[in-house]
Amino acid sequence: MNVIDIKNLTFSYEKDTILEDINLSVKAKEFLAIIGPNGGGKSTLLKLMLGIERASSGQIKIFGEKPSKSLTSIGYVPQNTNVNTNFPIKVLEVVMMGHVGHKRPLIGYKKEEITCALTSLKQVSMEKYANKKIGSLSGGQRQRVMIARALCSHPKILLLDEPTSNIDTIGQKEVYSLLKELNKTITIVVVSHDLSIILEYATSVLHVNKQAAFHDISKKRKFFTKEEHFCEVELLQMIGNKND
Amino acid sequence: MIDALHYEFIQNAIIAGILVSIASGIIGSLIVVNRMVFLAGGIAHTSYGGIGLAVYFGIPIFLGASLFSVGAALLISFITINQKERIDTFIGLIWAVGMAIGILFVDMTPGYNVDLMSYLFGSILAVSREDLYFMIALVFTIITFVTFWYRDILAVSYDSEYALLRGVHVKLFYTLILVFSALTVVIAIKIVGLILVIALLTIPIYIAEKLSNSLYSMMFLSAIISTIFTLFGLFISYNYDITSGAAIILVSAIFLVLFLIFLKIRDNLKYS
Repeated sequence: MNVIDIKNLTFSYEKDTILEDINLSVKAKEFLAIIGPNGGGKSTLLKLMLGIERASSGQIKIFGEKPSKSLTSIGYVPQNTNVNTNFPIKVLEVVMMGHVGHKRPLIGYKKEEITCALTSLKQVSMEKYANKKIGSLSGGQRQRVMIARALCSHPKILLLDEPTSNIDTIGQKEVYSLLKELNKTITIVVVSHDLSIILEYATSVLHVNKQAAFHDISKKRKFFTKEEHFCEVELLQMIGNKND
Repeated sequence: MIDALHYEFIQNAIIAGILVSIASGIIGSLIVVNRMVFLAGGIAHTSYGGIGLAVYFGIPIFLGASLFSVGAALLISFITINQKERIDTFIGLIWAVGMAIGILFVDMTPGYNVDLMSYLFGSILAVSREDLYFMIALVFTIITFVTFWYRDILAVSYDSEYALLRGVHVKLFYTLILVFSALTVVIAIKIVGLILVIALLTIPIYIAEKLSNSLYSMMFLSAIISTIFTLFGLFISYNYDITSGAAIILVSAIFLVLFLIFLKIRDNLKYS
């Protein structure tokens, strides 16, 4: 079964059509990169998959269910982790937001919830910072904390919106190698405009600009050795070649 | 001053000061982290409409102000949730209309001679026993609210979009925070008056935020700092016969300036 199934999806905001006739199916353990120009509808597509926005027509199925019914199977890492940095909140508390709100104790958090959050932090190598204030971390560290928060509910899919837009190049590398590691067990969907980085890791690419074009690049990758990197021209040629 | 403690009105004033400080410390923290200061200001001024109505219809002032300000809180909550643009314009409008209604009804009340200034700037030395019961009930409700729903409040305040995805009733909690702000404003009217209440909801909270690494400690510290400022202000108000609201706010402001200087010096030492 496909992890994500989108059929003839259209989304309009007031009178503007943002997305038109999108079709997409994502298989388990795929690493899908959603690219495209600003305002092309990338983030909107992600919000539709999360059930934050409703489609005007067409349908989205996550594991065969409506997005709103699959809250626990999706982990979400929002854009702009640099907002609200003055907020007095500890890293561990941020991660614990990831737990879904049922089976909760009367006051505070359960022991298992704390253990689970610490495990998630360990997965992203941030366990040392559990009691630090979130504002004291660097952009890259904060992004990893947000990934830990998403991992807290043991998702089968991880959706990330521009995960590297506010962080330095070292931080970007760290985030992507972490995602590659996580990709061994879960499906990953990343919205990004960092073509050169993302395409080193992605198995498929969806180019969204109102309409969408899907490209499987997993086979292409085999022609490159580990040390080599795609240059953007090759990438664009690859994506542009519609005959394969 | 020690002799004064024997008077019942002084005892009431001190108890009221502490209760209001606890409420404003907790709710002020939520207002600040949710960036609702302007909304709270709107609610505070709108509550004057309730005072005017209460005076005109002869119902208890507390009741009139509470109903009216809770109504304002619900309206502001509805607007901020549903109106996509120019929210500040609408808040400003409610703010002014509420005050205008209050003035209108006070003008229309025949033979009205209660000192209006006391509602605008506080009259802590006229706190009655009933006022104290109302304050105790509110403080108790607020503490219950933040104790049992701490994680939801934290999630909604820190990242409301994510909270929504985790199944938290974001709109409900947002509205409840505004409603509790409205009721806190009403009890604070006795202490600092509705014009100055916004300072009580922000100055101690700003200091506490700088010293806290969790929302819980911020609320706790805000309540303590606020209590210190309020009692100190009361002391000055009583000794020099100054309006309590003005005394409390100026004490808070002086401490804030000292605190900012302290921060500056500390940072300079750290980086030199």
